[in-house]
Amino acid sequence: MRTGIGRQSGTAEPRPETSPPRSGAPAPRPRRRAGDLPVAMVFLLPAAVGFAAFYLWPALRTAYLSFTDYSLLAPPEWAGLDNYRRLLGDRLFWNSLKVTVEYVVINIGVQTIAALGMAVLMHRLTRSGLIRGVLLLPYLVANVVVALIWYTMLDAQLGIVNQALEWIGLDPVAFFGETSTAIPTIALVNVWRHVGYTALLLFAGLQAIPKTVYEAAATDGASEARMFWRITMPLLRPALALVLVLTVIGSFQIFDTVAVTTKGGPINATRVIYYYIYEQAFQRFNFGYAAAVCVALFAILAGLALLQLKLLRAGDSDLD
Amino acid sequence: MRRITRLAAVATILPLALAGCGSGDDSGGGSGSAQAPEKTEISYWLWDSNQLPAYQACADAFHAANPEITVKISQFGWADYWTGLTTNLVSGNAPDVFTNHLNYYPEFAAKQQILPLDEFVAADGTKTDVYAPGLADLWVSADGKRYGLPKDFDTVAIFYNKKMLDDAGITEDQMKSLTWNPDDGGTYEKIIAHLTVDKNGKRGDEAGFDKKNVKVYGLGLDENNGAGVGQQMWSMYALSTGWQFTDKNPWGTKFQYDDPRFQKTIAWWRGLIDKGYMPSLAIARSGTSVNDGFGAGKYALSTNGSWMINTYYGYDKVEVGTAPTPVGPSGKRATIYNGLADSIYAGTKHKDQAWRWVKYLASADCQKTVGDKAVVFPAIPEALTVAEEKFKAKGIDISAFTVQIHENTTSLFPITDHASDIGAVMGPAMDAVLSFEAEPSSLSKANDEVNALFQ
Repeated sequence: MRTGIGRQSGTAEPRPETSPPRSGAPAPRPRRRAGDLPVAMVFLLPAAVGFAAFYLWPALRTAYLSFTDYSLLAPPEWAGLDNYRRLLGDRLFWNSLKVTVEYVVINIGVQTIAALGMAVLMHRLTRSGLIRGVLLLPYLVANVVVALIWYTMLDAQLGIVNQALEWIGLDPVAFFGETSTAIPTIALVNVWRHVGYTALLLFAGLQAIPKTVYEAAATDGASEARMFWRITMPLLRPALALVLVLTVIGSFQIFDTVAVTTKGGPINATRVIYYYIYEQAFQRFNFGYAAAVCVALFAILAGLALLQLKLLRAGDSDLD
Repeated sequence: MRRITRLAAVATILPLALAGCGSGDDSGGGSGSAQAPEKTEISYWLWDSNQLPAYQACADAFHAANPEITVKISQFGWADYWTGLTTNLVSGNAPDVFTNHLNYYPEFAAKQQILPLDEFVAADGTKTDVYAPGLADLWVSADGKRYGLPKDFDTVAIFYNKKMLDDAGITEDQMKSLTWNPDDGGTYEKIIAHLTVDKNGKRGDEAGFDKKNVKVYGLGLDENNGAGVGQQMWSMYALSTGWQFTDKNPWGTKFQYDDPRFQKTIAWWRGLIDKGYMPSLAIARSGTSVNDGFGAGKYALSTNGSWMINTYYGYDKVEVGTAPTPVGPSGKRATIYNGLADSIYAGTKHKDQAWRWVKYLASADCQKTVGDKAVVFPAIPEALTVAEEKFKAKGIDISAFTVQIHENTTSLFPITDHASDIGAVMGPAMDAVLSFEAEPSSLSKANDEVNALFQ
């Protein structure tokens, strides 16, 4: 154990987080003058244009549309707070929130713990690039393809997974078809796709923890478990907070897996909020109402992200 | 180019005049020289990939006859098709001509996104009575305007696995004279029960049948419940009781999902799940489609539409036959009779060319070309004969689908406003009943929600 740690810290010291930024952003750093502003603007422009065209403007327009009655093919009509009033009394909206939260809890819960485990294993045991590549593989497959492959594999009558269950003497399970298993199934399929990617993000965070801390702990005879709870977790906190904020927001936006498999059913078991918005907007042409649901979702996500950042003190590190 | 713009400007004021002068202009150019300067490309959309080769052949023939017009065909899957079409209508980039569906056209017509064809029809003297009876009228909206010319039609029948029928000792003649009622299911339910086989080889109507471990279900359950229409799922049963979707069709404003005949039908249908003759909703929804389940030998019978013929007959090592849907309590069979048509986008820059393409699509020439590929049933009877023969050459007898037209037992697809909202109410409501989380009587409440849309 001890030798393992020593070897690891010895070889890894001069690498990742220190060298790339230095070579990437060389000279202009120390001399920050007001005269740089026009140049800075030029560099910011491409991103700003993209932000304005693809985020800011659609967001503003969505906010406006949420106060209108808009069926897409006719011009929007001002409707005041009607859409929001309807939202409060819409059983399906609240159901979609409940279903989405259920998805996020399972998805993020399982994914974060599994990813953390994988990241720590990689950090403490192996530096193999091959293993890192393999972990990332599911993430390289398109969402829709992943969803369709699992959908076929999990079929109750013809799916290979249920064939395997039968061989070991279990009854087949209609994973996507039962109201009780549909959301957990979709959540776990997406865990499968994203866990490697999340693990790599956390792994990068782990590499920022100075090896000397571990060496000191090892010299003091600390166990691996104790080092995990006393060193890894506290020092990983800012990275973990960022990963959580990003994955939770991403998780709330679950759509494609539902769209290509259960389509909201059975009954309303998988009618997650984004699918509900899609149905209202593109199938029923209630763009005004769909926009109001979007705004509600935006408010919820913004609040959630703020809360997470506050609670996890993502802005400061315990390293300083 | 400038001339087209000018023409388009005139078109907004005098569509009739344009239809007349435009076609004279174009035919002059066509006969004059092959390199006429006014070349136009019109776009055409359809959703069925099986039909793409047939319509490409039509487009080629059309281009050969009208060298100045090129038709560019795009094909999208059913779901993407309607989302794509809607967003393109909004952004003003919709295709000049597109395949339209009875479920969608009322909304497009009401929002003035598709062009009434009456003036073109009148100017050219196009006949609208050359199609199978009733098809052309489907495309006349509540305001009396015509929004499409028929291209094909579809009906529903029963696909069966011949080997399973043989093994069960059921003859194909028996299949042709099935009866059904919502109380005991008639001879239809008897053969479904007999065709169901459990893991121990016991049939559904034998003592000791294990309904928890079924190997082959007598009847397949579609992965979609058909929401409020149930075209190939339950409509053929419900309609054979004498029940109708709406107070009148087309353009009904009151749905009748609260009718005891409808609710008894649904109760019987889901009863098949309870008896172990049909898979549960959960199984049907768990991954593969009903037709793939049939192809894999999981179902002995499967009700589906005529547009699926080539899919069902295309499965490897499965010998397939078809039978008409059973005769119901009304003494008649029933099936929904649904027709597709081509519509012109109201914002098209080439109204005249688009109309000529629509006219060609609706002509015997193009429909015979389509019939020749044996993929769908063309709307013009003489083209249907061509298709019939081509299907026969492939070993497919389509009489199970056409018999109901000859016997006049078809019912129109319910054409109403608010189709997508109705689907959003009825889809989950039917799901709840089929998964035994609600009773069929709960459909009365759904019916109230549906009818409230028309208030």
